[in-house]
Amino acid sequence: MAIARPVNLKKLSDEAWGFAGGHRLCSGCAIAPIIKEILLAAQYPVVLANATGCLEVASTIYPYTSWRVPWIHTAFENAAATISGVETVYRALKEAGKIDKEIRFIAIGGDGGTFDIGLQSLSGAIERWHNFTYICYDNEAYMNTGMQRSSGSTYGSWTTTTPAGKRSFGKSRPAKPLMDIVVAHGLPYAAQASPAYWRDLMTKVQKALDTEGPSFILIIQPCIPGWKIEPNQGIEMARVAVETAYWPLYEVVEGRYRVTVKLKEKKPLVEWLKPQGRFKHLLTPENKSVLEELERQVDEKWERLQRLASESAGEAA
Amino acid sequence: MATRVALTGNGACAEAMRQIEPDMVAAYPITPQTEVVEEFSQMVADGRVRTQFVPVESEHSAMSVCVGGAAAGGRVMTTTASQGLAYMWEMLGVASGLRLPIVMGVANRAVSAPINIHGDHSDTMGARDTGWIQLYCENPQEIYDTLIQAVRIGEHPDVKLPVMVCYDGFTVSHSLMDLEILEDRDVREFVGEYEPVHPLLDVDNPVSWGGLDLYDYYFEHKRQQVEGLKNALEIVDEVAREFGERFGRTYGTVDKYRVDDADLVAVILGSTASTAEYEVDILRSKGVAAGVLRIRCFRPFPKDDLVGALTSAKAVALMDRAESFSGWGGPVSIEVRAGLYDKGLRPAFLPVVYGLGGRDVTALHIAEVFEVLSESAEEGGTGEVAYLGLRGEERGYRKAG
Repeated sequence: MAIARPVNLKKLSDEAWGFAGGHRLCSGCAIAPIIKEILLAAQYPVVLANATGCLEVASTIYPYTSWRVPWIHTAFENAAATISGVETVYRALKEAGKIDKEIRFIAIGGDGGTFDIGLQSLSGAIERWHNFTYICYDNEAYMNTGMQRSSGSTYGSWTTTTPAGKRSFGKSRPAKPLMDIVVAHGLPYAAQASPAYWRDLMTKVQKALDTEGPSFILIIQPCIPGWKIEPNQGIEMARVAVETAYWPLYEVVEGRYRVTVKLKEKKPLVEWLKPQGRFKHLLTPENKSVLEELERQVDEKWERLQRLASESAGEAA
Repeated sequence: MATRVALTGNGACAEAMRQIEPDMVAAYPITPQTEVVEEFSQMVADGRVRTQFVPVESEHSAMSVCVGGAAAGGRVMTTTASQGLAYMWEMLGVASGLRLPIVMGVANRAVSAPINIHGDHSDTMGARDTGWIQLYCENPQEIYDTLIQAVRIGEHPDVKLPVMVCYDGFTVSHSLMDLEILEDRDVREFVGEYEPVHPLLDVDNPVSWGGLDLYDYYFEHKRQQVEGLKNALEIVDEVAREFGERFGRTYGTVDKYRVDDADLVAVILGSTASTAEYEVDILRSKGVAAGVLRIRCFRPFPKDDLVGALTSAKAVALMDRAESFSGWGGPVSIEVRAGLYDKGLRPAFLPVVYGLGGRDVTALHIAEVFEVLSESAEEGGTGEVAYLGLRGEERGYRKAG
C-alpha cells in the first residue's frame, strides 16, 4: 500500500534522503535536489535504472554509492529497456507469489540518454506499456562529456559542437519536441517540471507513480558549467525558465493538457538568456534576428500549450 | 518417462525453454532463430508456460531487458542470431561484467556484409571475448540437453556468468531430428530454483548495480570474472556428468570420435562434425587412422582436454567456419595451435576455413581435408590457410609446396 508522503516542507525536512551526500556532482548542480525531490515524493519503495551520464558517474564511483534505494546502471541508451526487465521480473515473481510488496519503477536519464541515443528504447518500453515512470533531466546538452550539443539543445545556444563564430550563431535548429513525441504514444501521464517548483514536481512524481502503465516527466536541470552560470544560480534559473514561459509547467493526463503553474505575467525572455554564458552571443546586435526567432519559437509553443489546455478544459466541462 | 518427438533445432530450443520455464524471456525475431520466438510466444499464449514474454523492439533492448530482469532477481533467457547478436554486443559485456547468468540460444548465421542468412560461426566468434560461456551444439538433441545444462552452469556460485548455446543456422535450426524430451518435472528438478545474489527487488536491502569503476578496482573485478570463467570449465563437465547419470546422454568440453589412436585428426565445431564422423568411418574401413575432435565448449577454452586428445596425432586439420582476418586462420586454428605449443606438441597443422555464408560441406570435402592431412603428416604442414570448397582454387586450398 502507498506510504503517505505529505508534500509539506516542514515534514519533509525530517525525512531521510534516499540520495546521500558525498557524491561528486558539481557544486550547485540541480540534479541532486531533483533526485531528492523525486525520492522524497515516492509513496512506494522504488527501484531506479539510470542511463549513463552525469548522475550515474557522480553518484557511484566504486566502492561508494549515494543511492539508498535499489539502483542499476547498464548503459547509455537503454534505461527504459533495463527498467522494463526489472518491472517484468517483478510481475513474474509477484504472480508466482515470491514477492508481495508494492514497488514502483523509475528510469532516469539526461537529454542525451533520452532525446537522442535512448529514444528507441523509451518508445519501445512505452509502447509495451510497462508500469514505469521515465524521468528525463534535461540540461540541454551532453554535459557529462563537456557541453556538446544534443537534440534537446535550444535554438541559438552555444555548445562545444555548435559554437558561435563568424559563420555560426550557435545551434541552428530548435530542440526536438520530446514531450509531443512521448505524448503521441498515448500514455496516461506526462508532465513537465522544474526543481524550483518543488511542490509541483513532487506532486507530479506521485501522480506518475500512481499511474497504471507508463508515465513520463521532463525536468529542466540547470547545469552550472554548461550554462556558464554561478553555483548559486541553478535553482533561480529553473524558476526564471518557468516565469518566462521558456519552460511551462504542465501535465498531460489521458491526453488532456493542464498548465499546473499559471503565469500572472510572462517575463521577457532576456531574463532567462542574460545570466547564462551559453546565450551571451545572442544579445549582440548582429544576432538580433536570432534572438527574435528564439522569442518567436518560445511564444508559439506557449500559445499552443495554452490553446491545448483551454481545449482540454472545454472538453472536460 | 521421456518421450520421443521430431523437432527442429529451433523447436528443441523452444521446448527446452518451455520446460526450464524462466521468469522472463525477452527476444527479437531474426532469421534463422525466428521460429524459437514464434513457438515460445504460442506457448505463452496457450498457457503452456508461465514465463513473462517481452516482445522487445530490438536485440539491444532484448539483452538490456534481460540484464535488468536478471539483476532484479529473475531467471531470464533470450535467443538471437547474426546481426542481432552484433547489435546486442555492447550489452553482452554488461551481462558478463555484472555476473548475470543469462542463457541465450544462438542460431549461428553469417554477418554482413554481404548480407547472408545462412549458417556460419562469424556471429558468435565475434562475441567470443565478451566473457560469455560458449557451448557449440551438433544437433537438436544436444541443443535441448545443453540449454537445460546451461542454466545450471551459468548459475553455479563459482561461475555466475551468462551462457551462449550455439547451433548452426538452417543446417541444425531447421533440420528435424527424432529426439528424446524429458518430463517437465525432471527438467524443473534438474535446473532447480534460481537463487539470485543481491537482487534489485529486495528493496529492504538496497544495492547499487553497475556503478562507475575506475583504475582502482576495475582490474580486480575483471580478474574475478576470469576466475569465474576458468571455474566454468570444471562445472561444464560436472553438470554434463550429472545430466548423463540421470538422463543417459553425456557430453564433455570436447567430443572425441575415434581420436585416441588417430594419426590424422580434424578439430571442428558444430554440425559439420557429424559429416566428418561419417567420413572418418569410411576412411577407417580403408585403414586410415582418422578421427574427429569436436570442441563443444569454446569459452572457456578446454586447453588441457584438447592437448590430451591430440598428444599422439601426426597431422591436425584446424577447421573454422569463421574468418578472423588475421591472415593465419580462424579462431579455432589460432587457439588450438597456441594450446599445443605450450605443451611442446608440433603435429603438422592444416588450417581450414570452410562453409562461410552457409556454403555446403559434404563428406567429399572432408575426404579432401584428410587426403591433404595425410600428405602433411609425411611432408610436414605449411600452416597456410586452405579455403575448403572455394570457387576458383584447385581442391579448395593451396597445397603444400
